[in-house]
Amino acid sequence: MPAAAARVVLVTGVSRFLGARVANTLQADPCIERVIGVDTVQPTMSLGRTDFVRVDIRTPDIAKIITSARVDTVVHLDLVASPSASRAKAKELNVIGTMQLLAACQRSPDTRKLVVRSSAAVYGSSPMDPAVFTERDEPVEPPTSGYAKDAVEVEGYVRGLQRRRSDLTVSVLRFANLLGPSVDSPFTHYVRMAIVPTVLGFDPRLQFLHEDDCVEVLRRVTIEDHPGCFNVAGDGVLLLSQALRRAGRPYVPVPSPSISVCGDMGRRFVGKSGFSPELLRWLTYGRVIDTSALARELAWRPKYGSEAAFADFVTARGLGHSLGQDLGRGLLDRLGAMLGRGGS
Amino acid sequence: MNADQLDEGARVIPIDTARRHSARASVERGVASGLAFLRRRFAGEYEVDEFGFDPELNSTVLLPLARALYEHWFRVEVSGVENIPAGGALVVANHSGTIPLDALMLSVAVHDHAGRDLRLLGADLVYQVPVLAHLSRKAGHTLACPADAARLLGKDELVGVFPEGFKGVGKPFADRYKLQRFGRGGFVETALRAGVPIVPTAIVGAEEIYPKIADLRPLARLLGLPYFPITPTFPLLGPAGLVPLPSKWIIQFGEPMPLDEHDAESADDPMIVFDITDHVRENVQQMLHKTRLRRGPAFF
Repeated sequence: MPAAAARVVLVTGVSRFLGARVANTLQADPCIERVIGVDTVQPTMSLGRTDFVRVDIRTPDIAKIITSARVDTVVHLDLVASPSASRAKAKELNVIGTMQLLAACQRSPDTRKLVVRSSAAVYGSSPMDPAVFTERDEPVEPPTSGYAKDAVEVEGYVRGLQRRRSDLTVSVLRFANLLGPSVDSPFTHYVRMAIVPTVLGFDPRLQFLHEDDCVEVLRRVTIEDHPGCFNVAGDGVLLLSQALRRAGRPYVPVPSPSISVCGDMGRRFVGKSGFSPELLRWLTYGRVIDTSALARELAWRPKYGSEAAFADFVTARGLGHSLGQDLGRGLLDRLGAMLGRGGS
Repeated sequence: MNADQLDEGARVIPIDTARRHSARASVERGVASGLAFLRRRFAGEYEVDEFGFDPELNSTVLLPLARALYEHWFRVEVSGVENIPAGGALVVANHSGTIPLDALMLSVAVHDHAGRDLRLLGADLVYQVPVLAHLSRKAGHTLACPADAARLLGKDELVGVFPEGFKGVGKPFADRYKLQRFGRGGFVETALRAGVPIVPTAIVGAEEIYPKIADLRPLARLLGLPYFPITPTFPLLGPAGLVPLPSKWIIQFGEPMPLDEHDAESADDPMIVFDITDHVRENVQQMLHKTRLRRGPAFF
């Protein structure tokens, strides 16, 4: 699939780790002449050959950059789920930012390709969900709030652009929860809590995508032509209880209303992120997406399965041991050893 | 220890000692494997599939619990196991008993006699109830929706379905062994699309475990349940009323009904689907009558 080579690529959200990594990967590719990175704050990571332009994608200035630099490929990664930004600000960045960016793409005659980061959260989470979502499935209960709803709206605007500019190659990637050494997400905060509350009576199925695989998918989709909407996740599934045991995190099942109350108190008084409703639903009912369409399209499978991605995150963050678990294991080992001696 | 054994061997009859030792060794092996199991569970070192099926937990914890009831309480007899084909197939059974223990017993029967894991399609309600929701997934079952059924059959799994649904499991005692309507025939569409045979199955005995003689509808509505049963012992005897009556069970697997004469497109032809649905239903109803006669009295 050696499509018409991308020449000038614009990457949004380049000051965050994913944008920076994608920009760095793309600039290393010989068929790309120039990579322009935009964000509202100075990048902390070195961007190498990438030209950084400090611009707010919520303003029409973005259109000037796209036209003047004759950008032909736009990689839109600026979708914020991060717990640090306030909800109102995040929504404005996600939705208004996307609208401005898409308006600019529609105007510019040079734009040929659009790659959009979306999220598997668009499928929502409910007890009536099919076990596995394919790209053709509609959500049973569409997300009504937060980041997930932003992603749904972003996808809606992208479809609108596709209708108006049918000549564009548009790829929408619905990523499962990202994990890896440098990921900072509501879920990573959750796992690192001193005692992790889980929803009493539920044990959701979770999927993860390793950051390396995420970058690789974005690279391939940017360089080659893969129009369409694709689910992206590591192979396999982890249950929440299983993940927490593997990470050696102590956890306590709590009735779901008290979790949201605790999360709310945490947000108000301690400045912690709290539990957004969509995170709580995900931690109750879970979600699994089917990735066979992407595997067929790219003829490639993620290097890390969900389990491996989680394991890498656990080692990188130095989790994996807790006092309680070590004691428990020690006790079991000692019992086993005693039996072994008795039996000989 | 060794000196001890020699000493003992000199005094006691050797065969007896050997037997005692081997019994002790097997107990120790059991305890050791139990400890290894606990250790694996503790560390999260096990695998689940995309449906959340945890084969280790199922065969080590969940099925043995059900098996106690299966062997000693209901004394389940199974026949026609040879009718379960090797690849993907749809097991279609009658549903009864007020509390769906028949689903559990059917899983044990299939696991122990056919050596396969039955993947049942459960009602929405199951996945909304805390604890039940995840245990059901860990036991390999999933929500009754066409996508899940097709996915499981596509992996050559043995899928089980109770087309009567709540109408069957919650019917009054007076209607026992009368099959209710078989839904809208969704299971036939699924089998046609997947190109798998249907295995009609009759479960005799579940009807008598909680004879439902009345239904408190207002209370059921209040609790969001499909029915609130009154049985001769519940709620009269309180929690003791939850103990099922020890009826004698027979599970009969019928000859598989191949759907080869129809192609996948006929799943979109309602006439064909209704036809096959009725055929399957008649088949299960006949098997129910025959098997019930064969069983004789309900409790002996």
